[in-house]
Amino acid sequence: MNSEGVSTTHVLLGLLAHGPMHGYELKRSHDQRLPQAKPVAFGQVYATLGRLQRDGLVTTSGHDQAGGPERTSFALTEAGRARLDEWLSEIEPPAPFVTSALFAKVAVAVLVSGEARARDYLVAQRAAHMERLRALTLVKTDPESSLGDVVAADFAILHLDADLRWVANTLDRVADLHREVQS
Amino acid sequence: MTILRARGVVKSYGPTPALRGVSIDIAEGEIVAVTGPSGCGKSTLLHCLAGILRPDAGEVTYGEHRLDTWSERMRARLRRTEFGVLFQFGQLVPELTAAENVALPLLLAGTGRREARTAAVQWLDRLGVAELADTRPGEMSGGQQQRCATARALVTEPRVLFADEPTGALDSRTSEQLLGQLVRVVRDQRTTVVLVTHDATVAGYADREVSLRDGALDPSGLGLTAVQGRHGR
Repeated sequence: MNSEGVSTTHVLLGLLAHGPMHGYELKRSHDQRLPQAKPVAFGQVYATLGRLQRDGLVTTSGHDQAGGPERTSFALTEAGRARLDEWLSEIEPPAPFVTSALFAKVAVAVLVSGEARARDYLVAQRAAHMERLRALTLVKTDPESSLGDVVAADFAILHLDADLRWVANTLDRVADLHREVQS
Repeated sequence: MTILRARGVVKSYGPTPALRGVSIDIAEGEIVAVTGPSGCGKSTLLHCLAGILRPDAGEVTYGEHRLDTWSERMRARLRRTEFGVLFQFGQLVPELTAAENVALPLLLAGTGRREARTAAVQWLDRLGVAELADTRPGEMSGGQQQRCATARALVTEPRVLFADEPTGALDSRTSEQLLGQLVRVVRDQRTTVVLVTHDATVAGYADREVSLRDGALDPSGLGLTAVQGRHGR
């Protein structure tokens, strides 16, 4: 799992449900289908495929060598499809922990340097958030954007909006938080 | 090039100050979001810039014109010819069809009936609601009404559009559809837009943001989202 808790293993299984692919195709498909997500590294794709093969969830389905190095294609097995279905049906626990770096920084800033430091940080962070939100809104309104681009931009925009509301609320609360830490 | 300028604008409602000396410059063709929590003075600023309200002190300049020194009659004429105004609720005339509502500003400006109707239908089409031309507001959804109101605000091809929470009463999908369409049209026309909102996702459509808090500019921009109250948690 990466830092956002997304299971690359299951995403790759899902991509293979469309038909066999070799590692390079899988990497490209991942980055295309999950736009605005962190691109997956080649190394991670191959390491994951190795693990999936060991566990019987994928199997090699052919080799080709069209004018380049030999490439192995991987296909989903029955067990792999069952694992994928299981993951797709599994309900994610709604926000079980507050894991945001924003939250951690504000909490630590108040502890270490007090309210002014937390405020300075929030002001700067807010400006960065708004800039990103504007850039994503451009993606959303660009007629060239694909549905995938728009859905991804929407996801990011609404999460940034939630952060921005939290930033505004926190500024009003930081003074209280500071007093609480000091007492 | 600056098209709108406010310098030290002060406005009070009775003893209650709404603006405490606000100065901003807005460039031609720019989309500027004016943000801040409820009661921060953002609507009052929009009304002063649009010449709807006259400031108690300070200057409002549109191009070369000092609007704060103009009579209501002169400002009203300017609003009809150069400005478009869009509010949270479309304020369409319920007895008139969409096309008649949209044609209204043109008829007031002396355009012939047939020509006004043609332009109105074209603008309804640009906002994606041409099929509603002969429908009355009571038979439309909130989103459709706002599209008609937007067409009406733009039908005179104003140089500046003033929009006060134009999507405030719409759900988020309807809101983004309207804003997407609005932004496309105003970019085509190079219309300057002053967009008042308390919502960051709406401010995201603007080129830049001017934040107000307690009637003054808030350089940190931290007044954006309304907080539930500053007392307790």
